[in-house]
Amino acid sequence: MSFSVTEPSKGTKWFAGILVVGYAIITIIPLLWIIATGFKSPTDSIAYPPVIVFEPTLEGYVNLFTDRTRATEQMLEDAGPPQTWYEEIARERGTVISGPSRYGERFLNSVIIGFGSTALCMILGTMAAYAFSRFRVPLKDDLLFFILSTRMMPPIAVAIPIFLMFRQLGLNDTHLGMILLYTAVNLSLSVWLLKGFIDEIPIEYEEAALIDGYTRFQAFYKVVLPQAATGIASTTIFCLIFAWNEYAFAVLLTSGEAQTAPPFIPNIIGVNGKDWPAVAAGATIFLVPVMVFTVLLRKHLLRGITFGAVRK
Amino acid sequence: MAEVKLTGISKSFGDDVALDNVDMTVPDGSFVVLLGPTGAGKTTTLRMVSGLDQPDAGDVHIDGSSMAGLTPAQRDVAMVFQQYSLYPHLSVRQNLEFPLRSPMLKTAQSEIDRKVGEVAEILQISHKLDNKATALSGGEMQRVSIGRALVRDPSVYLMDEPLSSLDAKLRADLRIELKSIQSDSGATLLYVTHDQIEAMTMATHVGVLDHGKLVQFGTPRQIYEDPVSVYAASRLGQPRINVLPASVFGGAPSGATQIGLRPEQIIQGEGEDCQVDRVEHLGDQTRLHLTFKAQNIITVTDAHTELRSGDNLKIRPHNPFYFDADGVRIA
Repeated sequence: MSFSVTEPSKGTKWFAGILVVGYAIITIIPLLWIIATGFKSPTDSIAYPPVIVFEPTLEGYVNLFTDRTRATEQMLEDAGPPQTWYEEIARERGTVISGPSRYGERFLNSVIIGFGSTALCMILGTMAAYAFSRFRVPLKDDLLFFILSTRMMPPIAVAIPIFLMFRQLGLNDTHLGMILLYTAVNLSLSVWLLKGFIDEIPIEYEEAALIDGYTRFQAFYKVVLPQAATGIASTTIFCLIFAWNEYAFAVLLTSGEAQTAPPFIPNIIGVNGKDWPAVAAGATIFLVPVMVFTVLLRKHLLRGITFGAVRK
Repeated sequence: MAEVKLTGISKSFGDDVALDNVDMTVPDGSFVVLLGPTGAGKTTTLRMVSGLDQPDAGDVHIDGSSMAGLTPAQRDVAMVFQQYSLYPHLSVRQNLEFPLRSPMLKTAQSEIDRKVGEVAEILQISHKLDNKATALSGGEMQRVSIGRALVRDPSVYLMDEPLSSLDAKLRADLRIELKSIQSDSGATLLYVTHDQIEAMTMATHVGVLDHGKLVQFGTPRQIYEDPVSVYAASRLGQPRINVLPASVFGGAPSGATQIGLRPEQIIQGEGEDCQVDRVEHLGDQTRLHLTFKAQNIITVTDAHTELRSGDNLKIRPHNPFYFDADGVRIA
């Protein structure tokens, strides 16, 4: 028998592999379910036991993006034959399309608010983290703790004061208000994560840049930022995921103009009975941006998650 | 190129006094080596000149103008760090170009290419220019880091043990290279090391630092042949100077408590008996470990000596150094 500290045995590797694959399957099932439901008919979507093989339809997506009215035989005749494939789908259910739904706008709101607040949060967070990492800030530890403490209570605990403040400031249901709010909530996360990453970058690089004729800010921009790219990428994803998925504040503080997709999707349920395929379609599309973004940055993300586990 | 003048520089980090009222003038075009053990204040001195740290008291003048309040960039100094500090996200070429592209210099591309090519040639890294800085060996990294200083034409070069992490062969090559670059260009160079061979071979002046104080400043020969104290005498010389109680040999002047003997200050074959403990053949020379009146002495003898351990040898001092109880040289 030989034991190695660094190399696990073949059996261990197999066991670990099976465990990981099993876990991956368990976590991916709800995702697949949602994606599949988006392409099911309403009957299939609530069938029990669940149908695995079904005839796919785009009805859910059509319902998601359109407003429809129930039409009488007379109305259908007057309207003439359906002009487009989505009209055809609506006709089959005895409805006519009266116009586009608000999902597109809400989705756009989510993009503006999610990416906007993430960008702002990263800009402020990187600079704050750099300052905390490099400069002698008075009461540094207390400030850092204070920043972290903003994250300790659940959003709902501060929702009412924020609602009142926003009303006073005219920020209710505005893009700016939501961007500021999500930035404020995420800033503690980004400052703490990024400080850890920047701490790891030896200060000699900046000193070399200072000597080489650059200012402090240029050294930060040209030397620190590229080396913190990994940390910045993974922190960006964490911030984006929060801002993108946030529900509680969005329900309370937005209703129309600046409403994001998460509070809108449940509204779909009420429009024409329980339209689960439309809800699933809404959820599926909603997943795409974050998924694409994460896949694009996955190399950095992996390094970001394992970051700090081993000290070089 | 310029003269660097330090006047009354003091610097403390908390309770640690790193520099204590240091006055030093680095003449224009000189190669000044700062010697001293870890913690003597060598690196701190460099950082004072570079502007990376500010002195608590005192002033640094470069080329006659005060550097107080000026940023490192404004001081126009080039520095080689002990830990290479190459920019890891850049290629070797980009590393070498970095100072030339700074807003302080804004060099034209043709000039950049010429200088980078020239320096790469000198440091034998031309074939590595397009490698990532992190894909180099330690020796190559340090050469790039020296190159990054050499591409510029600063008022003073500061080097913090630039050769300490290199292998012996490369160190010897670069020693000669650095010295010839310096004497050809007439650059002023302030160099930190604890390698006395570097000090002896390259320096025009040596500054000996002890716990933040500059205890002696002079040519390497002055420090070697006319040290002010036991401490200064111990900085140079291989093997190290032997320091014994003054009474073991007769003829000590009054007040002398210690006698310092370099190998060439020990005449062999005359005087009093001592015992040979160990004979080390180093090739070009042979070291003798001797016991004289219960004191250990290390000296050098002929490379082809027939002496063996256990033999007896007569020795006598020749123009030795005498030091008082505090280690201050009195004769």
